[in-house]
Amino acid sequence: METTSLTIPELRQKLSSGAIRPREVVDQLAARIAAVDPKVKAYLHVDAEKARAAADSANPALPLGGVPIAVKDVINVKGDPCTCASKILEGYVAPYDATVIAKLREAGAILFGRTNMDEFAMGSSTENSSWGPTHNPWDLDRIPGGSSGGSAAAVAGHEAFVALWTDTGGSIRQPAALCSCVGLKPTYGRVSRYGLTAFASSLDQIGTFSKTVEEAALLLEIIAGHDTRDNTSVNRSVPKYAASLGMGVKGLRLGVPKEYFIAGIDPEVEKAVRAAIDAYRGQGAEIVEVSLPHTQYAVAVYYIIATAEASANLARFDGVRYGRRAKNPKDILDLYRRTRAEGFGAEVKRRIILGTYVLSSGYYDAYYNRAQKVRHLIADDFRQAFKKCDALLTPTSPTPAFKLGERTQDPLQMYLADIFTIAVNLAGICGVSIPCGFTSGKLPIGLQIIGPKWGEETMLRVAHAYEQATPWHKEKPPL
Amino acid sequence: MANPSSDSIDVTYVADLARLKLSAEETATFQKQLGDVLGYVSQLKEVDVSKVSLLGDADLENRLRTDEVRASLPVAEALANAPKQENNLFVVPKIVE
Repeated sequence: METTSLTIPELRQKLSSGAIRPREVVDQLAARIAAVDPKVKAYLHVDAEKARAAADSANPALPLGGVPIAVKDVINVKGDPCTCASKILEGYVAPYDATVIAKLREAGAILFGRTNMDEFAMGSSTENSSWGPTHNPWDLDRIPGGSSGGSAAAVAGHEAFVALWTDTGGSIRQPAALCSCVGLKPTYGRVSRYGLTAFASSLDQIGTFSKTVEEAALLLEIIAGHDTRDNTSVNRSVPKYAASLGMGVKGLRLGVPKEYFIAGIDPEVEKAVRAAIDAYRGQGAEIVEVSLPHTQYAVAVYYIIATAEASANLARFDGVRYGRRAKNPKDILDLYRRTRAEGFGAEVKRRIILGTYVLSSGYYDAYYNRAQKVRHLIADDFRQAFKKCDALLTPTSPTPAFKLGERTQDPLQMYLADIFTIAVNLAGICGVSIPCGFTSGKLPIGLQIIGPKWGEETMLRVAHAYEQATPWHKEKPPL
Repeated sequence: MANPSSDSIDVTYVADLARLKLSAEETATFQKQLGDVLGYVSQLKEVDVSKVSLLGDADLENRLRTDEVRASLPVAEALANAPKQENNLFVVPKIVE
């Protein structure tokens, strides 16, 4: 029995009925990876033996008993490498489990493999990985999106059932759109960040990649919740997200922000998203036009706030406590400077410099403080819009996947790839990308559904209604 | 308040603040690229923020807990990833002669 194409509920059913053993599932996944990953390069590290050992002691009665889960290389799993795709962390072995990992273990999951990413999650294409880029399973000459490109490619290529990822400015949703899978970014504070290597602490959130909306809902139920080790996680009950799926969209008001349909959006992307909006109207939702007037400033705000926070967070990589250290330093400053010069890649250096600059004396008021204020205006745009609707519908990415190398010399063009996903992180609200079609060249297109703070239940219900009425999520890339 | 312009970043100076050694080639490339990025973000100057508070309406509260000793990472595990260690301490080059 071939299992790698199954969804989690389908796999769970086969495991709990005894139709297949957890070890066979791991073996099949390892075989699939061996067959296609030399082309896709989604994984940085796979320890199939460890996974087999975990499979042999798996308890199929648990909610994720025997289910293998891939993890982005930025979340600490005790005893596993966690390099953040950076040479500065080469050889680092995590001494503890992140809270989300502890929760997955408790639910019976088998932690299987670490997926590729842009170094320290900085990028939109996974080309900034120190270990080489991941390729899009739908077209190997193209990028899978980023920064969580390895995870998206692994799920899309059926090299993983589901994967855990982080989203700082669109790192889950944008690759999900470009690879035709479901990428969920929960509300800021919904999931503990303890054990996640920080990029931009006020924006980072852990989320999920999956083939279906139901799986995203099931996983969120498991990983969400308050954690005393992360004071930004919020003490609020966790709904049974999967229970409200299937209720349809009749009577819901869905907003379409006019600022998300701008010049420069690919015509095939716009057509597919407009068709999805019509499909919702056909299912009985009321479509309302809304305005998010500060949308055009989101990318500028993001690249000030995210780089400022990154410059502070990445100060800890100094060659003293973990990771790489430059050889024969002549003094402590030389040790810092050369360790960081040797360990960080170009994009990380670029962002550390920009972040240091916008926080430096004489400039923080003009850049950082002003960006914080515009961020509040962006958050307020969403609050006003959600007075008129229950969720928003937008494209996830303005274009389908671009070619490898196309934007690496032009950071600004690369930053604009996140134009539709960044505002959600700045406002601390939730978003999900689901497949909504393909271009004539068979490249995936994503629909983004945005919910207010703590609006995951309704947002996932909206996502599920479209998914169930369309065939997109059932298509498999020609690997 | 400084008046930022697209060419006001001194990459060499800022890289030193950030404890980053750059090659001459990197410095030149970043000078150009970051100039472009700063030119782009300067559009924020046109937004009226005169009525916006810096803190916005943050809805988080202070979380207090009792100050009690809890289990933490054993010393050997905390040091396991250190490039150089001795006597339960991280070793760095001499700082004071």
